[in-house]
Amino acid sequence: MTAAVSAPVDHPWGRFALRRFGRLLVSVWVLVTAAFGMIHLIPGDPVRGALGPTASQELVEARRAALGLDQPLWQQYLDYLRGLFTGDLGVSMNSGMPVADILGDRLPATVELAVLAFALAVLVSVPLGLAFAVLTRGGRRRPLELGFTSTSVVLAAIPEFLLAVALVWIFSVNLGWVPVAGRDGPSSYVLPVVALALAPAAILARIVRVETLTVLRADYIRTARAKRLPSRTVYFRHALPNALTAAITLGGLLLGALVAGTVLVENVFAWPGLGSTIVSSILAKDYPVVQGVVLVYGVGVLVVNLVVDVALALLDPRSTIREG
Amino acid sequence: MGRVLRTPLGAAAAGTVAVVLLLAVLAPVLWTDAANAVDTGQIQQGASADHWAGTDSLGRDIFFRVLVATRLSVQLALLATALGVAVGLLLGTAPLLLGARAGRVITAAVHIAVAFPGLLLALFFAVIFGVGTTGGLLAIGFALAPGFARLTHTMVAGVAGLDYVAAARIAGVGRLRVLFRHVLPNVAEPLVVNATVAAGNALLAFAGLSFLGLGVQPPDYDWGRLLGEGLGAIYLHPEAALAPGVAVVVAGLAFNLFGEAIAKGVGLERRLGTSTSRFRRRPRVAPDPDDSAMLVVENLSVGFPGTTPVRGVSFSMRRGDAVGIVGESGSGKSLTALAVSRLVEEPGIVEAERLSFLGADLRAGEHRRLLGTSLAMVFQDPMTSFNPTMRIGRQLSEVARHHEGMDRRAAMARAVDRLAAVRLSDPERRARQYPHEFSGGMRQRAMIGMGLMGKPALIVADEPTTALDVTVQRQVLELLASIRAADDVAILLISHDITVVEQVCDRVLVMYAGRIVEDLPAAELRTGARHPYTKALLAAVPDMTTDRELPLTVIPGRPADPANLPPGCAFAPRCPLADARCATEDPELVENAGARVACWHADVPAEVIS
Repeated sequence: MTAAVSAPVDHPWGRFALRRFGRLLVSVWVLVTAAFGMIHLIPGDPVRGALGPTASQELVEARRAALGLDQPLWQQYLDYLRGLFTGDLGVSMNSGMPVADILGDRLPATVELAVLAFALAVLVSVPLGLAFAVLTRGGRRRPLELGFTSTSVVLAAIPEFLLAVALVWIFSVNLGWVPVAGRDGPSSYVLPVVALALAPAAILARIVRVETLTVLRADYIRTARAKRLPSRTVYFRHALPNALTAAITLGGLLLGALVAGTVLVENVFAWPGLGSTIVSSILAKDYPVVQGVVLVYGVGVLVVNLVVDVALALLDPRSTIREG
Repeated sequence: MGRVLRTPLGAAAAGTVAVVLLLAVLAPVLWTDAANAVDTGQIQQGASADHWAGTDSLGRDIFFRVLVATRLSVQLALLATALGVAVGLLLGTAPLLLGARAGRVITAAVHIAVAFPGLLLALFFAVIFGVGTTGGLLAIGFALAPGFARLTHTMVAGVAGLDYVAAARIAGVGRLRVLFRHVLPNVAEPLVVNATVAAGNALLAFAGLSFLGLGVQPPDYDWGRLLGEGLGAIYLHPEAALAPGVAVVVAGLAFNLFGEAIAKGVGLERRLGTSTSRFRRRPRVAPDPDDSAMLVVENLSVGFPGTTPVRGVSFSMRRGDAVGIVGESGSGKSLTALAVSRLVEEPGIVEAERLSFLGADLRAGEHRRLLGTSLAMVFQDPMTSFNPTMRIGRQLSEVARHHEGMDRRAAMARAVDRLAAVRLSDPERRARQYPHEFSGGMRQRAMIGMGLMGKPALIVADEPTTALDVTVQRQVLELLASIRAADDVAILLISHDITVVEQVCDRVLVMYAGRIVEDLPAAELRTGARHPYTKALLAAVPDMTTDRELPLTVIPGRPADPANLPPGCAFAPRCPLADARCATEDPELVENAGARVACWHADVPAEVIS
């Protein structure tokens, strides 16, 4: 393929890891700078905004000093970076609690929600998409295909917070099966997780089906059939990994979107996670907390993207080379 | 546009969008008073004849409030989209306007920004621009921008590289002028489609923002605001939350579907007409039933809905035979090969009076093991015929593992052995590699090696050399020939190249429009061909004596369309010898002295044609 120059770096995996890690670092730096810059981009004085027009000038000055806002900008930036490395994200302007503690308190609830919802979406959509591809390939069972496509389109288009409201109405208000809100016991997880998972599951199932149909037409599937392998080997070993490469790329985007969806769903269900924290902090103009939550969400998305790229590289050996 | 409206979905989406826009214009004019009328006697009531969706905490009618909120909701969505498109265009065309270096920085920033979900970007901007209608508008507009920037950038990069744009630039046309005159008109269509979809998304996003309390603030109200207020009272009267929810979903879905319908309408393809010509049964002309025959095909036909691309093909092969099938594309030769190997998939239907391989009737039963070990396939395109996600060795070894129950190690050892047999150097290393690490010729040899994993009696090779360059072609053909000589393996070679078939095979079947029109020994091809089509194929091959001053000989006319065949001989419309009989009666395949031909004029000497 390429001329061997120096062994470790020339290895496609080594090069891939280096390049991907470099990209992550740049993205994190941009994210951190954006989170830092946010507070300075707000028109007017954020501290005055937070404390309100009635607060005394001395109090505003004292708070500015406490936040370090009276320092030169470059000094603030360096302090901010140094703080990040030592786990110091500042203190809440409202409660005085360290932001790191608030995040540590709230993060698990959000992660639980996102991970469970994503797992549910994948577990439902991949077998469903694969099954519908096999059932409807070559123009078979048109009515089934139509039903599948229209259902998934409608489900995918309904935003998760509206789904959540509809679910609350059906299952909590009318049927009384699960609690309407809060995070208390396993039954309280059902609605938030389902509300978050439905749309990604619908999109993913559609993509898996389309990708599987494309793969089933590929020459190498004909080769696999020419080898007279059992159908399940053809579908699961030859077709599925190829169909999944596209599904994973999209799944990563969906997981990112799902992280964002938690913000809305948490607010519907009064879920004690980061999503309800960021909204209440924005409304209360508690900027250090907002900064911290933005950082956590951003890093979460970046890590998801990294995992997707690595998974892709493992599944499709061409993708490590293709990028170069 | 007309085409969009003609599909039911497109028409429904367009109709809904029109209704939503109409409501946005009219509802505030007609019903503002009804929506703001405070009725303290009717606070937090459920649906009734007076209040279809109940009342809110001030006793105001929610149904009218939802109708009136249409204007603000749609207005904000459209404004945010417009802002997103404008900023996106600016960022996306930056490389063109500012030059490569500044452009690269902006492109990289956009690349990072699109990695974050829109809602997170919107929240980020909402912090900066502040809570409220304007802040939300700016936040969602800027959140949409990176997506449009990337779309624009991709499209512009595609267009900017085109010759006429380069020509305009060389001619000294300014950058802005190039952008507006040459580039933007060409990217307008996908941008409009995406903007329509984005309007739907902006509507949903704004509803979300207002629902969170970060968007529209009282006393103003949009659908998201109404939804947020309604959710608090969902136990008392769910209509208050459901009515604005339905409005958001319907409007958002309408914009999304309308955009997708436009996208489809733009790229709409004419659906292929299906003909109803029926497969005509013909009296069979079978070769002598031969007991030593390894493969017997009698009156084989392959049908698809509307067409029958293979019509009554009969031939047989013995051990070690090399038979070639030649013909133009669409002649049915590849389908014949696939039908023989039982690889025609639904909706294709294979029918035959006899289809036996090594004594087994292939029409009945699966014969998985027999076909898996005794019949090998080599396909045309070695680049696509291997699974890109599996190592070569594993793709070979799974044949032995499945059909002979070998364990992993033994199967892999055989795979390495077979890779060596097809003359791949360093087979152990090659077995651990992925297909993309092989060249085309190496892959085709590996494909043949895969066929050798069992104990093949027949190798069906469908255009095995077409995708390869000439020197590699010869290696592959020599490899096939040596395998045939060593193990008495029969070869059925499909090719459009009559000279390849002539070199490798000892018998040649010429197919035209799904039928065998001539069957003769390869050695007699140049001297004994009697069908005008065979002669025309031979004449179309240039050789050392071809006069290079003259244009190459071609067969006039187009290959027959299997969905629309003439009543007589299918070749008659292109045949220099055709007469009235050819146009009405289809000649049968008649055997004569070890060869078969289907032509009314089989006895006319060759010179008359060429």
